[in-house]
Amino acid sequence: MSLRVLKPEENFIAIEPYYQAIGQEIAIFEAAYTQKLPILLKGPTGCGKTRFMEHMAWRLKKPLVTVSCHDDLTASDLVGRFLVRGGETVWVDGPLARAVRNGAICYLDEVVEARKDTTVVIHPLADDRRVLPMEKLGQLLEAPPEFCLALSYNPGYQSVLKDLKQSTRQRFVALEFDYPEAAIEAAIVAREAAVDASVATGLVKFAAMTRNLKGNGLDEGASTRLLVHAGKLIAVGIDPVQACRSAVTQALTDEREMLAAVNELSSSIF
Amino acid sequence: MSKSSALNLTEIAQRLDVSLQVEFTFYHTHELAQTILPLARADQEFYLTWVERVASTHLEISHQFAQRGAELIARMDKHVLEAWLIHAMDTYDIDGLFPAMKIIRNVDQFLHSAHERTAGVALTAQRGVLLHFLQGLSGRQLKVNEGDAAYTDGETVFLPAFVAMFPHVDDNFKLLKAMAALQWAQTRFGTLRLPLQDLIMEHDDPQGFLALFHALETQRLEACLQRELPGLYRDMLRIGTPHSGAAPDTQWRDIVAPLRPATATAEHSLALAQSLFGKVAPPTPRIYQGELRPHEVLQIRLARIEREKARLKVALHDLLTEQAAKPETAPPPSRFDMRETTDPSVPEGARMELTLDDMPVAPPEGVKNLLTSIMLDFDEIPPEYLVPAGPGEYDPRLLHDEEPNADDVWSGTYHEEGAFLYKEWDYRRQHYRKNWCAVREKTVTAQDDGFYANTLKKYATQLRHLRRTFEAMRDEDRLLKRQLDGEDVDIDALVEALADQRAGQEMSDRLFTRMHRADRNIAVCFMVDMSGSTQGWINLAEREALILLCEALEHLGDRYAIYGFSGFARKRCEIFKIKEFSDPYNSEIKNRISGIQPQDYTRMGFAIRHLSGKLLAVDAKTRILITLSDGRPYDYDYYCDDYGIEDTRRALIETRLSGIHPYCITIDQTAHDYLSHMYGAASYTVLDDIARLPYKVTDIYKKLTT
Repeated sequence: MSLRVLKPEENFIAIEPYYQAIGQEIAIFEAAYTQKLPILLKGPTGCGKTRFMEHMAWRLKKPLVTVSCHDDLTASDLVGRFLVRGGETVWVDGPLARAVRNGAICYLDEVVEARKDTTVVIHPLADDRRVLPMEKLGQLLEAPPEFCLALSYNPGYQSVLKDLKQSTRQRFVALEFDYPEAAIEAAIVAREAAVDASVATGLVKFAAMTRNLKGNGLDEGASTRLLVHAGKLIAVGIDPVQACRSAVTQALTDEREMLAAVNELSSSIF
Repeated sequence: MSKSSALNLTEIAQRLDVSLQVEFTFYHTHELAQTILPLARADQEFYLTWVERVASTHLEISHQFAQRGAELIARMDKHVLEAWLIHAMDTYDIDGLFPAMKIIRNVDQFLHSAHERTAGVALTAQRGVLLHFLQGLSGRQLKVNEGDAAYTDGETVFLPAFVAMFPHVDDNFKLLKAMAALQWAQTRFGTLRLPLQDLIMEHDDPQGFLALFHALETQRLEACLQRELPGLYRDMLRIGTPHSGAAPDTQWRDIVAPLRPATATAEHSLALAQSLFGKVAPPTPRIYQGELRPHEVLQIRLARIEREKARLKVALHDLLTEQAAKPETAPPPSRFDMRETTDPSVPEGARMELTLDDMPVAPPEGVKNLLTSIMLDFDEIPPEYLVPAGPGEYDPRLLHDEEPNADDVWSGTYHEEGAFLYKEWDYRRQHYRKNWCAVREKTVTAQDDGFYANTLKKYATQLRHLRRTFEAMRDEDRLLKRQLDGEDVDIDALVEALADQRAGQEMSDRLFTRMHRADRNIAVCFMVDMSGSTQGWINLAEREALILLCEALEHLGDRYAIYGFSGFARKRCEIFKIKEFSDPYNSEIKNRISGIQPQDYTRMGFAIRHLSGKLLAVDAKTRILITLSDGRPYDYDYYCDDYGIEDTRRALIETRLSGIHPYCITIDQTAHDYLSHMYGAASYTVLDDIARLPYKVTDIYKKLTT
């Protein structure tokens, strides 16, 4: 069992992470935070959900504890467990418990990946009780006002197994994310990858083409993150067609015909 | 290999006698044998093997090859020779003896075009790529099909079957891609919006005028492509420029200059064509230019406009109902409209957005595609299109694409339309026969005759036991002790470890308990033999076994599907739907099981290939394909003995490679000899008593999945 405590509760973000707001999401997040409401970020992969969380943690000057959920993540991985040390059992807090104790922002990334029984432990934290029951310790941990719980969730997976339970999702203020409009996306790619506007526009146009193929052979179109990757390769001198091939096409599919078709699309643009 | 080990005349003649069936055909094998007598043993073997392999397809083709074989082996590369023979056999499969013989006789032409074949690009091989390519470009979702030239009717892009204009494969593919892109550009940039059919008829020489307009319009579309797909345009310039001779036509460059800016439309091309017609001859067409066929565009367009109007209005009606149902929208919304928003990623620099009472709404994918398509026809959404209408106002045939009924196909002429085509392995040829089996899906007619209730009564004791065992299989969560890592401390292990430590021994680090949750993520497909030989007892036992299985599986929660199969030669392969994965187990399904009737013969390969596809479409960790059968593969044509067994075996190998576990339950007592060959040693069960099938099937299933 690998427990992924990525960052300790001292993880304050010092430098402003670049985030281009598209709608009211910053204001809504701040309002929800003040009102002690938990937040659900919905949106396809690589559209900026995690970046938004970093930006908000910086804005609110609170540490950010991120847990990447996976299908073996158990409740103990979040809350904590006893370990054996020198013949004694010692309690060790999990990342969620640490975040609660320290009034941090706890961000559970891709929460549908976690097992359904795991998502249930966050329920008491996500309503007006705001407590974390630690059954094995026989304690209830009350969350301070600064604590904030945020989940991210990609509704794009069509599988029923990967759906969020109603009892979970109806506790959250939901913010919907999508790939930004072409002009904004191009600006983001240009800034993040440090490429000029024409390359960024080309990449965004290419992304739009792959998004046209969603449902026609591709599960997802190219995300903004992939475009930034391609842009970064181009910025250091890789040929654009080759950069798209390595950074975008290969990430989208393994299917031979689709690979060829997407490569033809990128070579048509650049 | 040395000549001394070469075959002698008698040996060669004997083998040819067998391959060419001389006792019936009276071919003179002695003369043939003499032609290869001087060859090395390896070449002789090559010759004899191929004579035998081709003879399994057709004796006359093989004989033709046998006559020229020695000479051809001497001057041709063996791979080319093999390719030629396989090409001939494929042609025989598809077009019959005469065209195949033509290929065999014209070996020189084959050789001549062999280079073309290696450098050329066949549409069939690239169709998938081009289809995805066109779908990736914005606009209407186009289809790709083979045609006698490159043209489009507005919905389908037709491309030549084979392109071999350049010595390199890459260039030939680029040419095909350029043709496809230019046809796409016609639908995307308004060429087809013009009423061309009427316009050209205003002239005395409609074809001449069309040629001029097409040439001018191609120049405009090239400029569009240059802006939109600069990479592609570079390739087009490269392959479109003659390598030598012909100086660039400066006269034309000046004439078409006004068509190159982004503001130029198809109307500009038209006006220019009208002013120039009769004064100048059209320039040489580009190699990727293709043809304009206004008549076909018109036909398709008329049908599409009517259909899409109906579909959009009905879809908007549904959208309105959905929006009105939302509690926060009061008063109910009423008016749809289109609004322009800027979007630099599309060539027009703006995108139309659907609004409802001035608020933007996100239409479902289908409506979005409709709007795009209608925009391409009118350059706007006509206001009357935005008035929602109920489905009752339109002919339902307009609203949905019709799927051809499997039975109707047989009442008409004999054709393969709408059928799934599968390859079949010909072991004598050591090659697949392409698109060989025409497979159709039918649904078993449900029969409400109390069979389900009777079966439950008959097996009441058995069923109680079954349900208990299967329920026990369902709950598999168990606490694993002495783990390296886990949710809780394993006190027993800890006490032991501490005691060990006190005694001076090394302390174990396996001190935790962990809850192991085994997801039964299994999808199983049952493939039931519905051949005529199951008539009577076997059919009854199969049906009873299926009822018991369903009862058990419903308790277990595994996803399962049941299909029957039967064949009557290769053009009438049938899959009978009994229960699909998504179907709930209800009275309809129970009655369908009751309605399973013996059909024709046991052709198995196609069923395995078809049902494997169904299984692969299901998201599951373990996929199992279980065949219930009463005998060896057998169809009334040549699909018997080794042919049937080898094809079935090949299909099973393909299936296993794709990650499915095949298993067979049979009652054929002689099955051991061929089943272990087909399925492998541990993947089948032979039942000695058919009456035990209902008891055993669930048992076997349990063993298989735990």
